[in-house]
Amino acid sequence: MAAAAAGAGAGAAQEKQFPPALLSFFIYNPRFGPREGEEENKILFYHPNEVEKNEKIRNVGLCEAIVQFTRTFSPSKPAKSLHTQKNRQFFNEPEENFWMVMVVRNPIIEKQSKDGKPIVEYQEEELLLFNGTFLRAMEDGGVKLLKERLEKFFHRYLQTLHLQSCDLLDIFGGISFFPLDKMTYLKIQSFINRMEESLSIVKYTAFLYNDQLIWSGLEQDDMRILYKYLTTSLFPRHIEPELAGRDSPIRAEMPGNLQHYGRFLTGPLNLNDPEAKCRFPKIFVNTDDTYEALHLIVYKAMSAAVCFMIDASVQPTLDFCRRLDSIVGPQLTVLASDICEQFNINKRMSGSEKEPQFKFIYFNHMNLAEKSTIHMRKTPSVSLTSVHPDLMKILGDINSDFTRVDEDEEVIVKAMSDYWVVGKKSDQRELYVILNQKNANLIEVNEEVKKLCATQFNNIFFLD
Amino acid sequence: MGEEDYYLELCDRPVHFEKANPVNCVFFDEANKQVFAVRSGGATGVVVKGPDDRNPISFRMEDKGEVKCIKFSLENKILAVQRTSKTVVLPEKRSLKLLKSQNINVNWYMYCPEGAVILLSTTVLGNVLQPFYFRAGTMSKLPKFEIELPAVPKSVKLNLSERDIAMATIYGQLYVLFLRHHSRTSNSTGAEVVLYHLPREGACKKMHILKLNRTGKFALNVVDNLVVVHHQDTETSVIFDIKLRGEFDGTVTFHHPVLPARSIQPYQIPMAGPAPVTSQSPVPCKLYSSSWIVFQPDIIISASQGYLWNLQVKLQPIVNLLPDKGRLMDFLLQRKECKMVILSVCSQMLSESDRATLPVIATVFDKLNHEYKKYLDAEQSYTTALEAGQSRSSPLLKRPARTQAVIDQSDMYTHVLSVFTEKKDMSHKFVIAVLMEYIRSLNQFQITVQHYLHELVIKTLVQHNLFYMLHQFLQYHVLSDSKPLACLLLSLESFYPPAHQLSLDMLKRLSTANDEIVEVLLSKHQVLAALRFIRGIGGHDNISARKFLDAAKQTEDNMLFYTIFRFFEQRNQRLRGNPNFTPGEHCEEHVAFFKQVFGDQALMRPTTF
Repeated sequence: MAAAAAGAGAGAAQEKQFPPALLSFFIYNPRFGPREGEEENKILFYHPNEVEKNEKIRNVGLCEAIVQFTRTFSPSKPAKSLHTQKNRQFFNEPEENFWMVMVVRNPIIEKQSKDGKPIVEYQEEELLLFNGTFLRAMEDGGVKLLKERLEKFFHRYLQTLHLQSCDLLDIFGGISFFPLDKMTYLKIQSFINRMEESLSIVKYTAFLYNDQLIWSGLEQDDMRILYKYLTTSLFPRHIEPELAGRDSPIRAEMPGNLQHYGRFLTGPLNLNDPEAKCRFPKIFVNTDDTYEALHLIVYKAMSAAVCFMIDASVQPTLDFCRRLDSIVGPQLTVLASDICEQFNINKRMSGSEKEPQFKFIYFNHMNLAEKSTIHMRKTPSVSLTSVHPDLMKILGDINSDFTRVDEDEEVIVKAMSDYWVVGKKSDQRELYVILNQKNANLIEVNEEVKKLCATQFNNIFFLD
Repeated sequence: MGEEDYYLELCDRPVHFEKANPVNCVFFDEANKQVFAVRSGGATGVVVKGPDDRNPISFRMEDKGEVKCIKFSLENKILAVQRTSKTVVLPEKRSLKLLKSQNINVNWYMYCPEGAVILLSTTVLGNVLQPFYFRAGTMSKLPKFEIELPAVPKSVKLNLSERDIAMATIYGQLYVLFLRHHSRTSNSTGAEVVLYHLPREGACKKMHILKLNRTGKFALNVVDNLVVVHHQDTETSVIFDIKLRGEFDGTVTFHHPVLPARSIQPYQIPMAGPAPVTSQSPVPCKLYSSSWIVFQPDIIISASQGYLWNLQVKLQPIVNLLPDKGRLMDFLLQRKECKMVILSVCSQMLSESDRATLPVIATVFDKLNHEYKKYLDAEQSYTTALEAGQSRSSPLLKRPARTQAVIDQSDMYTHVLSVFTEKKDMSHKFVIAVLMEYIRSLNQFQITVQHYLHELVIKTLVQHNLFYMLHQFLQYHVLSDSKPLACLLLSLESFYPPAHQLSLDMLKRLSTANDEIVEVLLSKHQVLAALRFIRGIGGHDNISARKFLDAAKQTEDNMLFYTIFRFFEQRNQRLRGNPNFTPGEHCEEHVAFFKQVFGDQALMRPTTF
């Protein structure tokens, strides 16, 4: 049942290519300055800040007008984005009357960034994770506190935003799970349960290996945001010492301490320093119902990272950090080398060491699992893919087709450059395959994809 | 001291006999475990009582002088009486044949009926022991060995008394136990028991030393493979388990008492029989009395009171006396009647008030499953041998015995885990951690986890709305695939929509549940998906057209109905050369519906070649 929509032109008019770029980003609440002359009060945050005050007010006013105007056509669903010749504006109302607007420069005419929309939503989610809701902040300390928090958050966050390297994976915002055998997985379970028992103030735990998730005690939605923060912001910042030498140095100088590789990625840098600050990032989870504020402790040994989340009302002391280090450090070190060893055994057994034959991206909406053999390394600033950006754009286009219908679909595209691009959607799963077979016909391509499904996805119900 | 503190007791149905007095002599035969009460040299009666036979044997014999020893042969066939040191009389006339003779100077001898081994004390000091082993009418000489005396004796005279030697079978092996009153090492003053392993083949070897840390008069028993050492001065006893980890110095292992010293549980002498004065209350029995005589393995006789008891170990009190749960499990797993005690320890360590830490719980589970796995393996190799054609009667092939120490998943489920998960006050975090720990332990020993344990995990997770946790467990196949589990997941779909996908994935992996997959898809009105699936596995020639057409019609999607209808017309054409449905397919209603919606001319025409 292959519906072929062949011939979408990739690499068409290649005049001058501008990468997509963030022109401005602002947050406002129309209720804060309803009268003339007080419009400035509406603005809670504006990037770039250097823009002249009147222009800020003008832009905010324009957005307000657009939203008001489009509301007349669709009262329940106001406009989400506005596409113009030069740029595209995204409107998002995360909480009543709070508006977030992002203006993105279009790369080239006809090629819109399909990735903008989800990014605004992630921003909001990450903001939510670290700051809680706008209303809560208002309750805590009025508009002034809210403005301060927004300033602090977006000042850092907008720097990590690299629109030019956004692709399909950013749209999915998925979680990469670390493949693991049952026994090692159970050992990790056992480790987490023991740690939560010994460190009784720990409320939730998450476990990652090689920047891939293995266990989340948080609910899926919260984990998704935390995962993005960890993998795009926190881990990359700590990557240097690992590249410089064999992980962190063995701390043999601590008497009586078992040798281990554990260290804090958040919190105290040096446990021997009595002045060491035990300050951890604060995060907000389950914002829909229980609204919990937590301290985020990230502790790492070799490639294994554990996130311990403790109630924000409890202030972790240096003693607690030392205890955590002495309990978690040695066990996590052993566990990390166990995982590494087991992973290598499994890899050898399955023979997946070899260069993957197929280039594909897989995503499951149900558990947010993503898998890509296209991305060599995904860092926030560079998306190192093994295929041409034009092909990536086709993937984006197929994806936006898929989002329009609920039913299972299959799209096969012949790109200009000998490549075939196949998109499949089965129930909640999406699969995108890029094939480089010069003279293959539609049937052969279909067969190839079937072969891929049979080898890579034979353990799930994925319709051919 | 409460009753809960005593871990040794005398059996409650002792053998009662007439107590020893000047006219009544009492003899005990270790081989048959019989007590002989010989009144007036047998003239006024001999009463023989064994531990098992409740009907004593009574007879009279002529008084031909003082009886030195009296015994029955096995099965009470022949009676032998010894009245002088040189003669043995068999009251019935029988002929005896000398089978074999050995010429050795013997100080004393000791016979162990369980091991069928006789031990002769030779040499002047008496410390060179010569064992003989009897089997099927033959007597074989085993290598002699020397007992190390505490110190170099000052005078050359008999230094090893038979009172300090005992023989007993411990964990299936015969040991010679030597009670050494003073340690050879100068730095410890207490007495010790030295265990020499006496194998049927090969030399006797010193293996274990039990440190008593006290001096005085001792007596030994062996109960349930435990060495019990009674100490008369303190009127207490201690127990040793040679399978528990001790300190190994390269040749021997040193052991300390498993538990603190305790008296045998106080004992009331029952008022047996039709007592003339019924109001008389039971009399407390004097324990550790100097008139007690101890025999191997577990017999204590009080000749002055006229009782023979078997010594018993009480396991329940030990639970509270041995705080180290790992050691406690090691100890309990070796005991005969351990199952219910072990299960109660498991329940206790999961209870709110007595809760053990997860590492301890893990250790206990690992020990139980280690034993369980050993049994499963033995069972497996037995079955394999049977299948390989070995005869059931072959002496080499023995069905492995299932001891009480084999605690399987169903035991744990019934007595411990299902009760534990039902408790209202238990934190769900702890419940899940315990269940996962048990599953981890089973996996570690490569034991297939039973479905009901997985169900227990799922039930607990669902009760606490922890669906995402459940999802992750399934994602890593911690909960093994099975049809019942897939069905359970399907039933959860209304609470947690992703359960549908998880269930379908599981059915797919089972590869024996294709019918179920089709049913699930049809119930979701995914008629096309169901058809594609069944075609993908090559089963589309055998499916019921009516079932699919019914489902397609229910969707009220005419184009879908058309597609499905056409598919089956094509199938008919291919299989029978005619697109029409046969009456047996019961599709008349659907054909009529098709005609009504799309017209007669839309029906496929038969193609003729």
